[in-house]
Amino acid sequence: MATEILMPALSPTMEEGTLAKWLIKEGDTVSSGDILAEIETDKATMEFEAVDEGVVGKILVAEGTSGVKVNTAIAVLIEEGESADSIASSATPAPAEPEPSEATQTPVAAPVQARVIEEELPEGTTYKTQTVREALRDAMSEEMRSDETVYLMGEEVAEYQGAYKVSQGMLDEFGSKRVIDTPITEHGFTGIAVGAAFGGLRPIVEFMTFNFAMQAIDQIINSAAKTLYMSGGQMGAPMVFRGPNGAAARVGAQHSQDYAAWYAHIPGLKVVQPYSAADAKGLLKSAIRDPNPVIFLENEILYGQSFEVPDMDDYTVPIGKARIWQEGDDITLVSFGIGMKYALEAAEILGAEGISVEVIDLRSIRPLDTETIINSVMKTNRCVTIEEGFPVCSIGNHISSVLMQEAFDYLDAPVINCTGKDVPMPYAANLEKLALVTTDEVVSAAKSVLYR
Amino acid sequence: MAKKKSTANVSKDELLSFYKEMLLIRRFEEKAGQLYGMGLIGGFCHLYIGQEAVVVGLEAAAEEGDKRVTSYRDHGHMLACGMEPNGVMAELTGREGGYSKGKGGSMHMFSKEKHFYGGHGIVGAQVPIGAGLAFADKYLGNGRVTFAYFGDGAANQGQVYETFNMAALWDLPVVFVIENNQYAMGTAQQRSTSSPEIYERGKAFGIPGEAVDGMDVLAVKAAGEKAVGHCRSGKGPYILEVKTYRYRGHSMSDPAKYRTREEVQKMRDEKDPIDHVRDMLITGKHASEDELKAIDKDIKKIVNESAEFAKESPEPAVEELWTDIYAEVV
Repeated sequence: MATEILMPALSPTMEEGTLAKWLIKEGDTVSSGDILAEIETDKATMEFEAVDEGVVGKILVAEGTSGVKVNTAIAVLIEEGESADSIASSATPAPAEPEPSEATQTPVAAPVQARVIEEELPEGTTYKTQTVREALRDAMSEEMRSDETVYLMGEEVAEYQGAYKVSQGMLDEFGSKRVIDTPITEHGFTGIAVGAAFGGLRPIVEFMTFNFAMQAIDQIINSAAKTLYMSGGQMGAPMVFRGPNGAAARVGAQHSQDYAAWYAHIPGLKVVQPYSAADAKGLLKSAIRDPNPVIFLENEILYGQSFEVPDMDDYTVPIGKARIWQEGDDITLVSFGIGMKYALEAAEILGAEGISVEVIDLRSIRPLDTETIINSVMKTNRCVTIEEGFPVCSIGNHISSVLMQEAFDYLDAPVINCTGKDVPMPYAANLEKLALVTTDEVVSAAKSVLYR
Repeated sequence: MAKKKSTANVSKDELLSFYKEMLLIRRFEEKAGQLYGMGLIGGFCHLYIGQEAVVVGLEAAAEEGDKRVTSYRDHGHMLACGMEPNGVMAELTGREGGYSKGKGGSMHMFSKEKHFYGGHGIVGAQVPIGAGLAFADKYLGNGRVTFAYFGDGAANQGQVYETFNMAALWDLPVVFVIENNQYAMGTAQQRSTSSPEIYERGKAFGIPGEAVDGMDVLAVKAAGEKAVGHCRSGKGPYILEVKTYRYRGHSMSDPAKYRTREEVQKMRDEKDPIDHVRDMLITGKHASEDELKAIDKDIKKIVNESAEFAKESPEPAVEELWTDIYAEVV
C-alpha cells in the first residue's frame, strides 16, 4: 500500500515552498523521525521529518523545485517488497482556483480599463522585482549604512535572522552592536529604546508582532509620543516601531489584531501602513530619518508578495501622502495595508461591470492625506473605506467624519466602512474568513452607494 | 540604616555647598507647597522635603555629562543638577518661563543642557528609559554614566526587572538609585514589598547592590562614587538603595492616615539631613551661626525670587497649544 508524502505547511501563512534538498533517495528505507528533506519557506529553511515507515518508492518533485504548493505529493513510500513501477506521477493537483464571484459572471456593462497611476520618478528609472520583506530589509540596511546611530533591536532579529526573515543577513553586515537580540520583554526593551532615542540614537524596534507591543504601549505612548510636547520641544524620540500587524492566518484572537486605529489616535506619533514593496521601502527609509516616533505597521501575508521597486540609490516616499493607485470617476475606494488587496480585487470586479473606480492607498494613517481623499470624492461623489480592523472608532469612521464635514455637499450617498467584524478573531477557518473583510463585501458596498 | 552618621574627612567648602544645595531644595519645596495652597500651582505636586541628601550626595559623585532621570517627585533632582529655580518654579505655575514652557508641569520637566531626562509620571517607566540613556552612552562610547532614580513603590514594577536583566546582560553604565522613603504613596514598605532589602533584588541578575543611609549626605556621596566608578569602568550596572524619608504627604492631597505624626516628628528631630550638615559645620567650626543665617537669608531670597518670577511670567501663548507635537522633518 503506497503512502504519499505531502508538501507540508511549515508556517501559518505558508501556501507554497521550495523543495531545497532531498536527504533520501529512491530505494532508501525510512522510519518515523528520519529527516527526509529540507524545505525552504519564505521565512526559513526547515527540515522535514518522516511520519510513516517504508521504502522510498518514488520521488515526485525534484530538489530545487520552487513554488511547490502545500499538500502536493512530493514522494511516495511503498512497503517492503512492493514495486514502485505502478506509481504514476500522480501528484495531487494544486487546489483549484476559487470560484469566481457572482459579480464577475454577470457583467452589466462594458468593462472599464483601469487607469493605473504610475509614480513620478526620474526618467530612465528602472525597477526590480522584490518582496515586501526584501524591501524592508534594504530600507533598514541602507539607512544603517548612512547613519551610525541607527540600530535594530527586537526579539530574534539577529541570529535567528528575524522571526519573519525581515532582518536576514543584517547581523552579518552590521554586527551584534547594531543588530541586537533582546530577551522576550517588550515593555523593558521598548523603554530602553525610548531612552536610547532620548540619548541621541535612532532605534528601530522590531516587534515580533504588534500584538505583543501592547505590553509596551505605555512606553510608546506616554514616553515616546508625548515627551517632545512635555519638554517644550527640548527632546523627543526619533525612532521607529515596526513589525507585522493585523491578522495572519489561523492564529486566533490574541495574534490577529489591527492596531492602526489605536496608534492613529495619538498626537505625537506618526503611523504608516504600506501595501506595496516600493512603499514599504520608501516609507521605512523616511520613517527612520523622521525626528518623531513612527509606528510602522507591516503585514505577515504581504511579506512574501512581490512588487516592482524603483532601483534607485535612495528611494524614499514621504510620510503623509496617499497614493492614487488607479484613477476612476464613479466611486472612490480608500484603503491601506492589506486592505488594498480587497480594494484592488473589488475594483477589478467593478471595472468589469463598467464601473470606473478610483482606488486610494493611504499609506500613511497619521498624518492622514485628507486632501487626496476629499479631492477624489469631489469627483466621484461616493466613497467606501476598507480595512481589516474592528469597526468601532475605525480609520474608516474617521474618514467618514472628515468627508461629512469637508465634502458633505459632494456626497451622493453615505460613506460605507468595510471593516473586520466586531468579534475577537476566531480560529476555525470558515469563521476566520467571515470575520475578515471580504472582496464581496467591498463590491456590494460599492454597489450600494452607487444605488445599483 | 546606619546608626551613626558620617563625620569623615570633608572640606569646609564641600560641607557648605551640601548645606546650601539641600537648603535650597527644602526652601524651594516649602515655597512650592505654599504656592499650591494659594492655587498658583495646580494638579499633582509631590514634594521632596526630607530626601534632600539623596540627590545632593549623588550629584556630588557625578561628572559633567552624566545623565539623570527620575519619577514625578523631581523638583529636588532638577535643582541638584543645576537647573534654574526660576525655570522650575515657573513650570510649576504653568508659565511661559518654565522649563517646558508651561506644558509639562511638576511631573514632566526636562533639561537637555543639564542632562536631565525627566520627570516621568508613570511609576517605573523611567527605569528602562534610564537604562536606554546608558545604552546610548555605551553605544557612542562616551564614558558617561546615567542615574536612574525610582522609589520603593516603583521597585515592584515588572519593567524594573526586565531592565535589570538587560542592563546586566549588556553591561550598561547605569546606577539604579532606589529612593526608599518607606511608603509607596500610602502603603508602607512591609505591606507592599515582600523582601525588606530591595537592593538585594539585583542579585538574581548579578547586579551588585548596597544600602546606604539616605539621611547622611556624606554616606550617599561615598556610595555614589563607588557605584559610579563601577559603572564607568565598564562593569555594568549598580544598585544603590538609599534609605530616606519623606516628611510631607505623597502629594498635596495626602490625608496622612497611614503613619503617625510622631513617626514623622521623630525622623525630623533625629535624622534630618540638613541639621546633620549644619551640626558638622558648627561643631567643626567651619561656620558660625551668623554665617549660616546669612546663607539661609540668601537662599530665601533665591526662592522668593523664583516664586515672583513664576507668578510674573505670563501664561504660554495660546499658539503653544499646537507646537512641539511633532519635530519638523529636516
